[in-house]
Amino acid sequence: MWEYSEKVLEHYRNPRNVGKIDDADLIGEAGSLACGDSLKLYLKLDGNIIKDAKFQTFGCGSAVASSSILTEMIIGKTLEEAKKITNKDIAEELGGLPQEKMHCSVMGQEALEDALKKYYGKEEIEEEAGLPKSGDKIVCTCFNVTENQIWEAIKVNGLKTVEEVTNYTKAGGACGRCKGLIKDIIDTYYKKEVKEEVLTPTQKILKISKVIDQQISPQLQKDGGDVELIDVEGNKVKVKLTGMCSGCKNATMTLKSFVESVLKDKVDANLEVEQV
Amino acid sequence: MIYLDNNATTKIDERVLEEMLPYLKEDYANPSSMYDFAKKPAAAIREARVKVRDFLGAANEKDIYFTSCGSESANTAIKGVLNCNREKRHIITTKVEHPAVLNTYKEFEKNGYEVDYIGVNSQGELDIEELKSKLRKDTALVSVMYANNETGVIYPVEEIAEYIKSKSPDTRFFVDAVQAAGKIPINVKETKIDLLGISGHKFHAPKGIGALYVKPDVRFTPLINGGHQERGMRAGTENVPYIAAIGKAAELAQEALSYELKEVTRLRDKLEEGILKNVFNARLNTGVKNRVPNTSNIGFEYVEGELILLHLSDLGICASSGSACTSGSLEPSHVLRAMGVPFTALHGSIRFSLSRFTKESDIDFVIEKMPDIMKKLTSISPFQEELEVLRKRRG
Repeated sequence: MWEYSEKVLEHYRNPRNVGKIDDADLIGEAGSLACGDSLKLYLKLDGNIIKDAKFQTFGCGSAVASSSILTEMIIGKTLEEAKKITNKDIAEELGGLPQEKMHCSVMGQEALEDALKKYYGKEEIEEEAGLPKSGDKIVCTCFNVTENQIWEAIKVNGLKTVEEVTNYTKAGGACGRCKGLIKDIIDTYYKKEVKEEVLTPTQKILKISKVIDQQISPQLQKDGGDVELIDVEGNKVKVKLTGMCSGCKNATMTLKSFVESVLKDKVDANLEVEQV
Repeated sequence: MIYLDNNATTKIDERVLEEMLPYLKEDYANPSSMYDFAKKPAAAIREARVKVRDFLGAANEKDIYFTSCGSESANTAIKGVLNCNREKRHIITTKVEHPAVLNTYKEFEKNGYEVDYIGVNSQGELDIEELKSKLRKDTALVSVMYANNETGVIYPVEEIAEYIKSKSPDTRFFVDAVQAAGKIPINVKETKIDLLGISGHKFHAPKGIGALYVKPDVRFTPLINGGHQERGMRAGTENVPYIAAIGKAAELAQEALSYELKEVTRLRDKLEEGILKNVFNARLNTGVKNRVPNTSNIGFEYVEGELILLHLSDLGICASSGSACTSGSLEPSHVLRAMGVPFTALHGSIRFSLSRFTKESDIDFVIEKMPDIMKKLTSISPFQEELEVLRKRRG
């Protein structure tokens, strides 16, 4: 038996705003029948204010409660405000959810995002959430969970283990073959975060210089070229290609797909390399 | 409260509780001790063994070994037999065994054993021909449950035993009878079954006691090594009160068998008919005759199982579900999936399991309340068009 909060009990027993809005301005969907839960969210707008919201859910008690409370949370809010709502907010509003049921709150957030994507465009929503660009890739084929969904769950909820990711997104919860991939995503996420948080501007310059000296230059030298660090301004790394590289037709490619990608990977994903 | 989850566990019969109490209170001696004070507990174990012998229709009481639960019985049987026959590395079992059995074979598979998992048809019946075709010279063990815990479907273990022994006499045959004991007659001495496991709490004994039948000429190794208890095959000071309890429960279950077969079957069928008649999105996941009397598995289409259970629970009705959400495993029942139950009904499958304590009024109450619950829950479902099609089809 799950330990459901009073609020979860209240909302699965008497769900608010059940149904369909026939002339909805935005409709968001998440989940699927095969996976065991799915949610359809209907929004009616007045300008950029959510005037009404209704839902239909196929799912367990906490899925119904998450959907129900979500409609209460967004009615009357502007789209800008709604955009900021995360699964964590939904769970908190419900007075907490059992760990194994957190994926129900995630489904709520996903349906809301899906609706908002139709207003703002997919790119903007994803960029705002700071998601990897290649993130549409499906990681868990049993439950159709993408890299983006996992990334966002880690980010919003501070997830640290594969088991936690499974509780929040279901990924890895069936055949378990993607558990290695999930672990990689967790590792990548925290490596990135550490780099961004810890480095002061001076440390950043030193690190860029070290990566160029130890990892980039030796490779270019093999082809008779080299690269020299000129300056770092914010996230702009100014370099000069020398030797064979300086007159090479593929110089721009070398710069972007090799120098920049190594620096992005090893130092900071926001770095941009330009030649001076 | 209306308790319709007797395949999960059962209420302890008052008479069983009476039987065990003296050994929890005054008669606490270790049955192995030499003084008079130990005579009563030692006698209690002997009597219980005779009762379980009769309950299972075994030839001798020494064929009965007491264990702590159904899982221990299964583990002892499987590991014990395979340890004694290490040259043969092939196992046959079914896709629909209880996890206690299934996961034990998964371990052997990791350790290099070859395991064939036999499937079932859409009614949950075992593909006997497939099973027969898999039997090989190096098959060490075949393992088939007597009755399935989720559907109640009974498997023809006697026929399977005959076939195995006619083709490969050295192959051992283990039957997990946890869901059959107390529901249908078991008579091992009339069969060629080698080992058979049961669990007390499924027939009104307390949790924490089980038994394993092993045919006299079948060699196995103990799971727990130590003292001489259970003739050296299961060490550990005997759990006298619980052994007395399973003995009494076996005796009572034996007495109640004809009631179980007749009355419990009638109530179960009434429940099924009532629900199917009044609830438009209900479907019987299996309706075969050859089921234990107490079990019914019904799929409610386009509604999720946990949500149904919560609403039943709010009315004081206890049942269980094959849905993913109730198990914490994220995956729906492996039994219903092996049967190919469609996704539309898979996640909304509810198991009702009765007992000899189930009253007619309990069944009437569930039949009365189910349409209201479904009316409410289908209205939340996003699959309104699909539900409308079902509604029309049912008229």
